[in-house]
Amino acid sequence: MNTNPTLVERQPSTVHAAAAEAVRRPAITPSVDIVEDARGVTLRADLPGVPRENLDVKVHDTTLTIEAATHIDTPADLRVRHAEVRATRYARSFVLSADLDTSRIDANLRDGVLTLTIPRREETRPRRIDVTVGNA
Amino acid sequence: MSGIHHGYDLFDEFARVQRQMTSLLGERPSGIRAGRAGTFPALNVGATDDAIEIVAFAPGMAAADFDVSIDKDLLTISGERKPAPRTEGDDIRTYAQERFHGAFRRVVELPRDADPDQVSARYENGCLLIRVGRREASKPRAITIQ
Repeated sequence: MNTNPTLVERQPSTVHAAAAEAVRRPAITPSVDIVEDARGVTLRADLPGVPRENLDVKVHDTTLTIEAATHIDTPADLRVRHAEVRATRYARSFVLSADLDTSRIDANLRDGVLTLTIPRREETRPRRIDVTVGNA
Repeated sequence: MSGIHHGYDLFDEFARVQRQMTSLLGERPSGIRAGRAGTFPALNVGATDDAIEIVAFAPGMAAADFDVSIDKDLLTISGERKPAPRTEGDDIRTYAQERFHGAFRRVVELPRDADPDQVSARYENGCLLIRVGRREASKPRAITIQ
């Protein structure tokens, strides 16, 4: 069942060959919230530990890819005693439908939360059509 | 395979696989206060000769939203993560809601030589970094022979 017509998650197995190498390294699938309104889709992703320069948001054809690497300042001689987060990479990708305008995606990373706003194309926005009574 | 059981019991096989998985995943005993995996925020704990370093992966918060306290040898991180601001309107469709929101509380057992008077914490890129110093006496040191 597909309840998400405009933004579908892309399964890692379908990611094209160039990205396959990167996929092999362990990566965390970040938690996301995805909401759509009349203007477009808003996606929020949790990327704790990621500075702006380590974030890569790409659109290739209809695939939106979020890739990021963490950078956490820890002393060099640190011995790990307990680790719930072992990977240092995040990766997740989505397929965008044609009614979204990929050229006007806005990305904002703040306190480890990425907010992507993907507007709908102007012509596909819902419009109210006025019905006039004609006497002709 | 004994003669009486022709082939093998499928359910026995399931139970065997399950035991194997448990032993693979739970090879190290975890602390009684550690909670189960997947709780918010995820914690990494490390140690150096001078300090205990704790990283809490808690994005989308403000430094003031955290409450960090130490009672004896227990360090508690608590707070509340607010849900994402909702856009108002009739035509809102939610496709995914995986991000945690609500109150949280995590407890870390500190080693005995941790010094509760030497604690510093900072919030950076969605990670809360807490450093608890160790007491002078427990630091390894070379002993000069007279």
